[in-house]
Amino acid sequence: MSASKVATMRDAIAALVRDGDSVAIEGFTHLISFAAGHEIIRQGRRDLTLVRMTPDVIYDQMIGAGVARKLVFSWLGNPGVGGLHAVRRVTEGASASLDLEEYSHFGMVGRYTAGAMKLPFFPLRSYFETDLPVANPRIRPIRSPYGEDVVYAVPPLHPDVTIVHAQRADAEGNTQVWGLTGCQKEAAFAADRVIVVVEELVPSEVIRADPNRTLIPGLIVDAVVVEPYGAHPSYTQGYYDRDSRFYVAWDAISRDAAALDAWLRDWVHDLPDRAAYMEKLGPEVAARIRPTGSAPSGSVDYGRYE
Amino acid sequence: MGGAAATTAAFSRSEMMIVAAARELAGQRVCFVGVGLPNIAVNLAKLTVAPDLELVYESGVFGARPARLPLSIGDPTIVTGATAVTSMLDLFALYLQGGLIDVGFLGAAQIDRFGNINTTVIGPYDHPTTRLPGSGGACEIAINARSVFVVMRQTARSFVERIDFRTSPGTLGGAEASARIRAEQGWMGSGPSVVVTDLGILHFDGDGEMCLESLHPGVTLDVVRASTGWALRVADRLAETPAPTADELRLIREQLDPEGLYTR
Repeated sequence: MSASKVATMRDAIAALVRDGDSVAIEGFTHLISFAAGHEIIRQGRRDLTLVRMTPDVIYDQMIGAGVARKLVFSWLGNPGVGGLHAVRRVTEGASASLDLEEYSHFGMVGRYTAGAMKLPFFPLRSYFETDLPVANPRIRPIRSPYGEDVVYAVPPLHPDVTIVHAQRADAEGNTQVWGLTGCQKEAAFAADRVIVVVEELVPSEVIRADPNRTLIPGLIVDAVVVEPYGAHPSYTQGYYDRDSRFYVAWDAISRDAAALDAWLRDWVHDLPDRAAYMEKLGPEVAARIRPTGSAPSGSVDYGRYE
Repeated sequence: MGGAAATTAAFSRSEMMIVAAARELAGQRVCFVGVGLPNIAVNLAKLTVAPDLELVYESGVFGARPARLPLSIGDPTIVTGATAVTSMLDLFALYLQGGLIDVGFLGAAQIDRFGNINTTVIGPYDHPTTRLPGSGGACEIAINARSVFVVMRQTARSFVERIDFRTSPGTLGGAEASARIRAEQGWMGSGPSVVVTDLGILHFDGDGEMCLESLHPGVTLDVVRASTGWALRVADRLAETPAPTADELRLIREQLDPEGLYTR
């Protein structure tokens, strides 16, 4: 049995996220590690290249806190609400200061996939007759080696660190996810270092009883952080719902730079960790985002072959 | 509000837009859903004109059966009870690029007469006056969904002579050029087929240009022209969109959007 990789969020971020790194906190609406983002802010990282298909409220908070110099993405917004105002303040007008590298969703998924497979590019049928390859010259047409077909290529993406939230893992980092799995597997395999943050730490026997559900093997995981509610205000399927009220409330906070600073002080800098954040939120929020009922999967029989 | 149940004024423009979009889905099978208005339209279609419709969400869900109105494109309600949950790689590579999506819904900040769409920036790319969300999956949906439905509010600011950035391609300037380019480049899609707005329904003619086919009840042609940034083509026989039925309105108000988040 390998040594335990279980660490506190503070220790995991201190050891594995460095100034100037490219950092991918992935999770498409589901399983977004706000807890890791807040710890990166708290530890004052600088000059990060933030990578994410959908930079939403967590990256608005991180960019508002000044941790980033560049953003690599495919869709930028507060889902179902509107814009990201801290991001807009550094990307609009003559004073735009944040570097942007922009793809489409399939392009970003393809970039992680090529990175994970150690390939020089990922081919896809997209970008034809658009301005995206003009805005981003790293999106390039290539000819098929087997004919005249032309497709577009995107370059591989190798984050220094990928951070994902999940329902459960064992102490070695074998990580199981259900519900939307987005691009977390590809983003983890593409990265040099991987942090998984989980609702529950479980014995290896639990993982081994349902191997089809393992998304990320401990083989590529550097640290396992146990952080219940670590994805709030996003959600964890089967554990808690998305706190849509927070996403709506964020709009007004983010519009006003002073209000955003105050929020970061109250909810990030002045708190030691996620447990304190949940305590400050109070039990009524946890009650509000509880699933309205249970919907267990049917179980399957893997059979014994001895 | 009671008292005026029988009048045609008893629905909002958003409700008319949703109903008109839902009716366009009659006979369709596999539909790529966006959040917001398209989401309500597609769910309404499933309850009315297209009961066999399979709802596909780019977050990685095929055959969703949402039990409440999804508030984001990755809401947990689209997972529970779905036919399949896939990685986004599978969703974009095997389902969309594999040619299995009949209809893709797109919205737009700006659209031109050929159905080219901008969701990226207003103003110059490097120093925009407004930074918009960007492509998301829109660019590849426009290319690879078998057909594209656009749902958006119609104003002179959004229906423009020249879009500031082309995020998603439209009709490529007419049937002939479009067919040639799509065949040469292996696109799975035939491009935008209909634009449903809060004012009317527009299809694309043989030149690939938008043409007003139907006015919603209570909307005049002058209003549509004033809400379009180019000299709009109008069908010889301009129709009036049938008003929402009591059943369609009941489904929207009681079942799909009881809080009126998208429809008031």
